[in-house]
Amino acid sequence: MLQFLFRRILYTLPIMLGVALVCFALVHLAPGDPLVSILPPDASQEMQQQLRTLYGFDRSYPEQFASWVWRALQGDLGTSIASSRPVTAEVLKAVGNTLRLAAMATLIGFIFGCLFGFVAGYFQNSWVDKAASFTSVLGVSVPHYWLGMVLVIIFSSLLMWLPASGAGPGGSDQWKWDWEHIKHMLLPAITMSVIPMGIIARTVRALVAEILAQEFVVGLRAKGLTDVGVFLHVVKNAAPTALAVMGLQLGYLLGGSILIETVFAWPGTGFLLNSAIFQRDLPLLQGTILVLAMFFVVLNLVVDVVQTLLDPRIAR
Amino acid sequence: MNMLNIAVDPAKVPTVAFERSPGYWQTVFRRLLRDKVAMAAAFVVLVLILLALFGGMLTPADPYKSSMLSRLKPIGTPNFPLGTDELGRDMLSRLMVGARLSLFMGITPVVCAFIIGSIIGITAGYAGGYVNTVIMRTIDVFYAFPSVLLAIALSGALGAGITNSLISLTVVFIPPIARVAESVTTQIRTRDFVEAARASGAGAFTIVRVHVLGNVLGPIFVYATSLIAVAMILASGLSFLGLGVKPPEPEWGLMLNTLRTAIYTQPWIAALPGVMIFITSIAFNLLSDGLRSAMEIKG
Repeated sequence: MLQFLFRRILYTLPIMLGVALVCFALVHLAPGDPLVSILPPDASQEMQQQLRTLYGFDRSYPEQFASWVWRALQGDLGTSIASSRPVTAEVLKAVGNTLRLAAMATLIGFIFGCLFGFVAGYFQNSWVDKAASFTSVLGVSVPHYWLGMVLVIIFSSLLMWLPASGAGPGGSDQWKWDWEHIKHMLLPAITMSVIPMGIIARTVRALVAEILAQEFVVGLRAKGLTDVGVFLHVVKNAAPTALAVMGLQLGYLLGGSILIETVFAWPGTGFLLNSAIFQRDLPLLQGTILVLAMFFVVLNLVVDVVQTLLDPRIAR
Repeated sequence: MNMLNIAVDPAKVPTVAFERSPGYWQTVFRRLLRDKVAMAAAFVVLVLILLALFGGMLTPADPYKSSMLSRLKPIGTPNFPLGTDELGRDMLSRLMVGARLSLFMGITPVVCAFIIGSIIGITAGYAGGYVNTVIMRTIDVFYAFPSVLLAIALSGALGAGITNSLISLTVVFIPPIARVAESVTTQIRTRDFVEAARASGAGAFTIVRVHVLGNVLGPIFVYATSLIAVAMILASGLSFLGLGVKPPEPEWGLMLNTLRTAIYTQPWIAALPGVMIFITSIAFNLLSDGLRSAMEIKG
């Protein structure tokens, strides 16, 4: 087990380095001078040169990459060009908001996805199965940013039950677990939960169908175990894969929250990315993407390890 | 049957053996025709493609003509069956013409990624060994990014525009296609007929062209079709963020974005372009599911 863990971590390191390289390359892929957004049009040559040295754009690419990675390892992702604040602080503040939203969405998606998946898997080819399968096709097909708009139209514009945007009353910055704040979270979280719901429902249905067809289920029934008892065995066998899919979905939601955060003006990483892109704030763009991608890589690692702990058959 | 009895009575040879059995693709096509859901989805896709090709000629009004006097007319207004947008342009016409750019933006990246990803994946799968490791570990790096994040990061860095969104979406879809191509090619490579071809002196290129391609392109193609729905949603999403198509071109994602201002005055008109994206993506998903079960691909 320890050997597996060690090998898995060792395998992740080059991927992390590759991810860092891609994030670094993004800035240099961008057409035009990265400083153009902050330089006044009449800036002197001397001033341009000073800023270039300040941001390190005057050194060679390998040199820049090495120093960027070195500082990133120490938690310094540079300074935002637009706000002149440290990127790390900005990103960390936003990550908290996004993580809360994505975790809530994953939880909702997991609960309903498992419900649909189990029902569909147990009653294969019945109308319940067809309805559940169709719902999961709808879940993976819906453009979630549009679903967000429709929910705003229904619950904010027409019924006026829930707020349409923001993360708290009066644009409050500090999160609290009270009804006022949770009310703001409901619509974006429900919107976001639709995709993991569809995917988890599909996975669980296939898993349950596969498990029910196995001989040990016939054996359990033959020895006179009640339906509840058999169900518990099915759950136990489906759990590792279902949980792994849930973990990966959390990662996808963290990275894919930008569209939903834009619709709901949710102050998370997506919102930060959006402003970084449109203000051409390249250090901020680079830093946000790096943090999100690294989070995804680590999450993948954790999911793999947990899955192996739950199901020792996987470790080779 | 007794396997030792090799003497065959000519009268007992079934005549069926001399008729050409229906080919694999014919069987797949026949199964697909019997699948009602897939056929309905195929019909919707066909209508959308026709709309994309000829929608421009059929529009009841000029999709670019704005009018300050007829802004945000509700659905069912005379002359404007689906109302007008925030600049007074006919919604029905814009939705019809929008099919062209929206489908183009969704399908092109998948086609490009299918070609490039297949080449990369088949090369890695057929070559095996060191080449495989280098290619697949590079692919793994791109896999480490959630697809939405990678698409937005790339187009954000490259800047807004149709070409840049197409490039970034293609890059997003190459890794998954290459992975599928690699795994099916690796399975085919060890089969006896490939071994036999190699033993009879066929070169690598010939083996891939004659023996591998025919067996791997089907599964890769079906996988690629399942990506079209995702590509549609992502491409429209990029335009929705202002990173894709630029105004005044009609594209469903962009229309959703510009109509967000109308969400409190004409909410149902604001939601219309999304309905089109939704229908398209459901149709492509169902068609791809049908194709997958007709070809008996598991997983």
